[in-house]
Amino acid sequence: MLKIERITKIFAPGSINEKTAIDDLSLTMNDGDFLTVIGGNGAGKSTLLNCIAGVFEVDAGHIYLDQKNITFSPEYKRSKYIGRVFQNPLSGTAFDMTIEENLAIAYAKAKTRGLKPGIKKAEAKMFKDKLAQLGLGLEDRMYQKVGLLSGGQRQALTLLMATIVKPRLLLLDEHTAALDPATARQVLHLTRQLIKVNELTAIMVTHNMKNALEYGNRTIMMHEGRIILDFAGEERAKVTVEKLIEQFSHQSGEILDNDRLLLS
Amino acid sequence: MNTLVLIDSVELGLIYAIMALGVFISFRTLNMPDLTVDGSFVLGAAVSAVMCSNGNPQAALGMAFIAGCAAGSVTAILHTKLKIQPLLAGILVMLGLWSINLRVMGSKANIPLINKATVFNLLDGTTIEAYATMVIPATIIIIIMLLLFYFLKTELGLVIRATGDNEQMVRAMGVNTDTTILVGLAIANGMVALSGALIAQYQSFADISMGTGMVIIGLASVIIGEVIFGVKSLLRRLIAVILGAVLYRLVIAMAFELGMPPTDLKLVSAVIVTIALAMPVIKERLMTWRKRKTNHQGEVRKSAEN
Ligand SMILES: Nc1ncnc2c1ncn2[C@@H]1O[C@H](COP(=O)(O)OP(=O)(O)OP(=O)(O)O)[C@@H](O)[C@H]1O
Ligand SMILES: [Mg+2]
Repeated sequence: MLKIERITKIFAPGSINEKTAIDDLSLTMNDGDFLTVIGGNGAGKSTLLNCIAGVFEVDAGHIYLDQKNITFSPEYKRSKYIGRVFQNPLSGTAFDMTIEENLAIAYAKAKTRGLKPGIKKAEAKMFKDKLAQLGLGLEDRMYQKVGLLSGGQRQALTLLMATIVKPRLLLLDEHTAALDPATARQVLHLTRQLIKVNELTAIMVTHNMKNALEYGNRTIMMHEGRIILDFAGEERAKVTVEKLIEQFSHQSGEILDNDRLLLS
Repeated sequence: MNTLVLIDSVELGLIYAIMALGVFISFRTLNMPDLTVDGSFVLGAAVSAVMCSNGNPQAALGMAFIAGCAAGSVTAILHTKLKIQPLLAGILVMLGLWSINLRVMGSKANIPLINKATVFNLLDGTTIEAYATMVIPATIIIIIMLLLFYFLKTELGLVIRATGDNEQMVRAMGVNTDTTILVGLAIANGMVALSGALIAQYQSFADISMGTGMVIIGLASVIIGEVIFGVKSLLRRLIAVILGAVLYRLVIAMAFELGMPPTDLKLVSAVIVTIALAMPVIKERLMTWRKRKTNHQGEVRKSAEN
């Protein structure tokens, strides 16, 4: 389904700031996989997702989505098959437009946009139903500007926007990190539900090891642009957070000194 | 102010309102400070004057719009493909347009249109002939406003508006932002050029320097409209821009009546825009000042009670 073949991404090549963010990384995912990604600050998690989404072009290697080589396809073209939710709740929506308008933009994702009305009656009804399913009361606020929503409400809306046209792949980059714990839990549940109902293939970056093991069916740990741990199936079921930390030190030859990872 | 001046100002305001709506698209909808305006306004006027001289006043408006679209497209391409900052891209195109406009005008700095037929002659022979200079601009601006209102709610219009809010989101929704910026700036400058074309026919001449400071006048109209008539809904915003443009003309006319020399016009425009731009800050200052005052009075009262 998704096949990443030995990709490398180097920032500012040739300068003193040269940084290999992704280092000869390969990864294959099957249809319906829900992969969680953990790793310390600067491990390359966001860069990996950005390379898949086409925000950055890779310096070496290839990326295939459904056997199609998308390595050099521009970001906006890949977006037709890839849904994304960002860490920053401000990033996923147009704040000065209504909830309904934002959803209409998302719903037209696969189409060529022309001079037809942006919001059709039948669609508006469907948007309302989908919003109601989020259970946040947003269905009564369709005509309000998104700028008035809280961070959690926005992330829920962005999730809906990313999945309202079924994407081949859903990319979530610490999409609950900016939320308070209770809201984060709510949005995570919603994420799991949407992935399950729509039978999506998804990659979720998280700094919460417990969540990483609890959600999805496969977990990888990244370090210095490489995948250093990869658990799935039975093996993963037995892994605990403590074991992960131990394994990390073993594999990377370093002590996991990342407060953000440990504490959560 | 006498009625004649009043009517003139409203007529002018309605024509300049087309330009102001163009500025609204670039500055507000796309969130892009586009300075092409000063050049594309004259481009429209130049095309219009030349075509009027050849007896095609209606077609002149269409051609002017298309020419303006082309100018806006160049600015968009400089920004999106060559990664030049929008401000600089606009200045570059504006500079280049000076020469192009002179070429269009046949190397003359001024084209008079005395005794040439214009769109304002369209109603000749009808009962409302005497009101042509009011009826025609009013009709045009209403049609344009309705078209623009519809357009900004189409599939394409929605993503153009979203581009000004959040380009990252628009790309994540499968849309090439280079295209939305191109379409937006083209339409914006097309409208600016159309406004210039009408002004040339209204005042019966085109002049190479008639666009200087135009972007500021447009911005002033947009801001005056926002401050006085509000930003609630899209339709209301568009109407506010038109009313803002008319109001701006009235203010200027009033200043002339009060004896302001015409040479001070640009200074007054700059001052108006400065005040309008500073409005949010001034409002906030006033609020805190009032709050402090009431707080202070409260404290004084409290200590008096003790
Ligand atoms: N646009 C960029 N330009 C230059 N360097 C970058 C850029 N983006 C990321 N990097 C660098 O690449 C490395 C990997 O960054 P990345 O954002 O992928 O890490 P991450 O695993 O997502 O970390 P975090 O947990 O902090 O989000 C870091 O060293 C970072 O400084
Ligand atoms: Mg990151």
